[in-house]
Amino acid sequence: MTINEIQDELIADFAFFDDWMAKYEYIIQLGKELPLIDAQYKKDEYLIKGCQSKVWLHADYRDGRVIFTADSDAIITKGLVGLMVRVLSNHSPQEIANSELYFVDQIGLKEHLSPTRANGLLSMIKQMKLYAITLQAKTT
Amino acid sequence: MMEKTAVLEQFDVYGIRKDFPILTRTVNGKPLVYLDNGATTQKPLQVIDAIRHYYTELNSNVHRGVHHLSQLATDAFEVTRHQLKGFINAAHDHEIIITKGTTDSINLVASSFGSSFVKTGDEIIISAMEHHSNIVPWQLLCEDRGAVLRVVPINAAGELDMDAYRALLTDRTKLVAITYVSNSLGTVNPVREIIEAAHANGTPVLLDAAQAIQHIAIDVQALDVDFLAFSGHKMYGPTGVGVLYGKEKWLDAMPPYQGGGEMIKEVTFEKTTYNELPFKFEAGTPNIEAGISLAAAIGYIQDIGMDRIAAYEHGLLEYATARLLEIPGIRLIGTAANKSSVLSFLVDGAHPYDVGVILDKLGVAVRTGHHCTQPLMDWYGIPGTVRASIAMYNTREDIDTLAAGVQKAASMLV
Repeated sequence: MTINEIQDELIADFAFFDDWMAKYEYIIQLGKELPLIDAQYKKDEYLIKGCQSKVWLHADYRDGRVIFTADSDAIITKGLVGLMVRVLSNHSPQEIANSELYFVDQIGLKEHLSPTRANGLLSMIKQMKLYAITLQAKTT
Repeated sequence: MMEKTAVLEQFDVYGIRKDFPILTRTVNGKPLVYLDNGATTQKPLQVIDAIRHYYTELNSNVHRGVHHLSQLATDAFEVTRHQLKGFINAAHDHEIIITKGTTDSINLVASSFGSSFVKTGDEIIISAMEHHSNIVPWQLLCEDRGAVLRVVPINAAGELDMDAYRALLTDRTKLVAITYVSNSLGTVNPVREIIEAAHANGTPVLLDAAQAIQHIAIDVQALDVDFLAFSGHKMYGPTGVGVLYGKEKWLDAMPPYQGGGEMIKEVTFEKTTYNELPFKFEAGTPNIEAGISLAAAIGYIQDIGMDRIAAYEHGLLEYATARLLEIPGIRLIGTAANKSSVLSFLVDGAHPYDVGVILDKLGVAVRTGHHCTQPLMDWYGIPGTVRASIAMYNTREDIDTLAAGVQKAASMLV
């Protein structure tokens, strides 16, 4: 699936939730279930300082695709990190670098990407794109 | 006990709430429960009206023009200074320096006091519970002068270790800079003892009163404090204005902080002579609107009475503490015997950020994170806390909504 196909699927999934609580319960569930990152990468080197919650991000480049793994110490942030990874991981650097993440707004979670939230999500997305752009420059 | 109950009955919190228009709005479809007063308080109509009055009737630069409006604006600005003098019982109007806020006030002292009185090898004492704005200016000063920063430790309850404090006072100590009330723990520090011990050592004391000025009646002469810093926006006033109180003898002995208009007496390219107090420390056009309307905030507090506010808030804090402790898995951070207005807590198994997100969805405004006290959070070994901080307009219903919200968050997150 393309990045946009995955985003559209998520938007359709989230349309089933009729109130904020069901939506957040789902995100919390995602955060609890997902073992996102190998323990060896959960150190300062891979840490994105979000001020309030911490986010760890690791990227691998295999067979022309970028594989992201990530984690957070806050469960809601971790659930959202999981969504970002689901959308952006396992695509080519070109696709990631050119992607536009419209799903966050459409599923009503835009507030979590506000810089004032200081949860590390925004920095994580920047870092993912930066990684892809760097790879893109190397490979072309 | 009888007396306290009587005060609570007299305190018309619902009448007070009517003066704060923002308290009637909704957030995320729920009535706003505003419990982030440690960050900033809401403003009563009296203050909002004063700002409007300034721009519709007075707007003009202060201390400069001979024209009528400039005179009116200057008079109004000086009314605030005089009112502030009475509010904290300073000896003179000119001991009240109008600044941008607490941070600005502390930086002024670090810069001006520091350049005159702090030399290589000297020491400044702060405490482990300071806000970054009462840490970093002293670190900068110490780096600049080759001086040393000493830190008074705290116990698990969040109280200063006073024996350790006394042991830190030596002939090298040039200043003690300590918070009156901790913004993340709510601890009310024993400021009288702190000042007495410092003075016995010949050392002046600066109190960061950002979290005290709106909750506790302060008399600078009775305390005999040398410097006192606070902000307007945390005491129901406008943002962008604050105060540095300084004893005349210190302010006279200190060089200006910034250069510019108003702080000068005579300028030639060879030499500038400085204006007298307080203008020596007030370079440039101040935040006139905020300075003038701060008087309305002080008047508002004085009309209700600081002792009544303190008694009401104390009762509410006790109620809130009891309500929160009913919740399984809750852990209060900051359990000092003497506390004011702040409830910092954690829910077992839940990150404070997550709790804050759920509370926000329920219309409850709290602060989460390290509250600009990272060294303190590191000392407790926690990433931060959820902080509910109360003001005079908060009610028991607000606390009930908070407690129900925390319970809801715990059931979702843990």
